[in-house]
Amino acid sequence: MPEFAAIAGIGQTEFSKRSGRGELQLAAEAAKAALDDAGLAPADVDGMITFTLDPSDEIGLIRCLGVKDLAFTTRIPGGGAASVATLHQAMAAVTSGIAESVLIWRAMNERSAYRFGQPMVPQQGGVVNVAGAGTGSLLWCMPFGAQTPATWESLAAQRYMSTYGVTNADLGHISVAQRKHAATNPAAWFYGKPITHAEHQQSRWIVEPVLRLLDCCQESDGGVALVVTSLERARDLRQPAVRIVAAAQSIPFDVEVISNYYHADLTVMPEAQGVARRLYAQSGLGPKDMQLAMLYDAFTPQVLKQLEAFGFCEPGEAKDFIKGGNIEIGGALPVNTHGGLIGEAYIHGMNNITEAVRQVRGAAVNQVKNVEHVLVSCAMAGAILGKV
Amino acid sequence: MSADDSAPAPPTPASSAIRPDPVFTADAVFFWEGAARGELLGQRCAECLRLAHPPRPMCPHCHSIRREIIKLSGRGTVYSWILPHHPPPIGFSEPPIVALIELHEGIRLVSNVVDVPLERMRAGLAVEVIFAPTRGGHAVPVFRPEQGGAHA
Repeated sequence: MPEFAAIAGIGQTEFSKRSGRGELQLAAEAAKAALDDAGLAPADVDGMITFTLDPSDEIGLIRCLGVKDLAFTTRIPGGGAASVATLHQAMAAVTSGIAESVLIWRAMNERSAYRFGQPMVPQQGGVVNVAGAGTGSLLWCMPFGAQTPATWESLAAQRYMSTYGVTNADLGHISVAQRKHAATNPAAWFYGKPITHAEHQQSRWIVEPVLRLLDCCQESDGGVALVVTSLERARDLRQPAVRIVAAAQSIPFDVEVISNYYHADLTVMPEAQGVARRLYAQSGLGPKDMQLAMLYDAFTPQVLKQLEAFGFCEPGEAKDFIKGGNIEIGGALPVNTHGGLIGEAYIHGMNNITEAVRQVRGAAVNQVKNVEHVLVSCAMAGAILGKV
Repeated sequence: MSADDSAPAPPTPASSAIRPDPVFTADAVFFWEGAARGELLGQRCAECLRLAHPPRPMCPHCHSIRREIIKLSGRGTVYSWILPHHPPPIGFSEPPIVALIELHEGIRLVSNVVDVPLERMRAGLAVEVIFAPTRGGHAVPVFRPEQGGAHA
C-alpha cells in the first residue's frame, strides 16, 4: 500500500457570474484541466469524489471524460464542509489501495442558475428532506425570517461577537486583506478591485450587527477539480507533488454546518477544534509550522473562529490578530492569498484548496516565500499540505 | 404521542397574516400543533427525562424511543440576535429581530423577539413566549420582553 497520498493536478474553469454553459460541462472542463495539469489521462482515473450537493452525475462525467473502469465513488455531505473532506477521503482511498487516481470535482452555476444567497422558503406545508445539506434551517429558521446562509451564520456569530466585543468594523480588516489579494489575482472576480476599510464600513447591512455586503462571499459560476494519487506516483508526474501531510474530518455531537445553534458554547467552533486536534496529532506539527492558512470564508466571522480553533491565537484574540497586515502577504500568517471565497469566487471551498496547492508548488500569483506547510480548512474538515 | 408525516389541517382560514408557515416533519408535528393551540411544547425522554431540541426519534443519552411531550415555561433569555436587512425576508412587512432564545429549561430555540426596540436587544434579556399567526392559519412561538412583575 502507498504510505502517502499527494495532489498531482489541479484544474479550474473561469470564475464568473454567468458561465453560459451547463454544470456538467464546467465539471468536465475542470476535470480535464486537472488531469492535463498532472499529466494523466482520463483512463487513469479509477476513483471519483464530489459533494452530495453537486448536480453532476458520476456517469455523466465518466461519459464526457472517457473514464474506463471506475473502482470507487463517494459523495460527502454538509455543503461547503465537504470541500476539504474530499482530500481526506481521497487520501484514504489511495493509501488503502482502493483507488490509484482519484478525481475530485465541484462545479456549479450558483449565480446564473440558482442563488444560494436568496431566501429559501419551502413550499407551504411540504415535507422537506434536508439530508446532506448540513442544516436544519429549513425547519427551524424559515418561519422566523432567517432564510439565507447569511442570516443562519450571523445568528451564531453574533454570540461570538458580543462575548468578545468584536464589531463589524473589526471584521472589515479580513475583507480588506482578501480583496487586496484578489486585486492581484487575474483569476479572481475582484481582480484589480481592492477595497478600503471605509468602503467596507459604507457597504449596506446584510444582517445587522454582523454582516455588511463586503463581509459576504460571492455567488459564482465555475468548476474546480483535483487529482489525488500516491506520493510515489505523483513524484513522476508533470507537476511538483504536493503531499497530503495530514487530513481529517470532525463532526462533534450537536454541531451543524450552518444553523449551528445547539452545542454548548457558540463562541467556539468544536468541529474546527476537532479537525485541528486530528491534523496536529497525525502530522506532529502545530500552528507555528504553518506558513499560510486557507480558511473557509463564506462570511468573515468564520475566519476569526477558525484562527482560534487552529491555535493561531487565543480565544477572543482573532480580532486583533487580523490587523496590521498580519494576514496579508508578508504578515505572520497570510490567509486566503488568492482572495478566498470573498475575493476570488465561491466554488464551495474548493478554490481555497487549489490556492494551497499553488503556494506549496511555488506557483501562486501572490506567492509567499519559503512555504513548507499550508493549512486548509473548511471547519468540519481540514488538511495540511506540504512540500515533498 | 405518535408522530406522523402529515401536517395538521389549518385550524382556521388564513387571516391577514403573511408569515411563512412552519415546515412539518414527522418528529416536529407536536411542536407546531402545540403552537397552533398557543402552547410551547418540548420533547422529553420518557426513560431518562432529559429534554431534546430539535425533537428526534431517539434519546441520545439512553437510546429510548419513548418520548413525552411536555409544556415548557415559555420563559428564557436572549442568547444571540440579528436583524436581517437584505435580501428582505419573505413573509414579513418589516425585517423581524431573529434571536436564539435559551429557555429556562436549558434548550435553545430560533425565534423572534417582538415589541422591543433594537437598542434594547442584548444577550441575557429576559423574554416570554407569545404566539404569532402564519399565512396558512398555523402559529409559531415568538418572544417579547418579560412583562414587569412576572415570575418564571
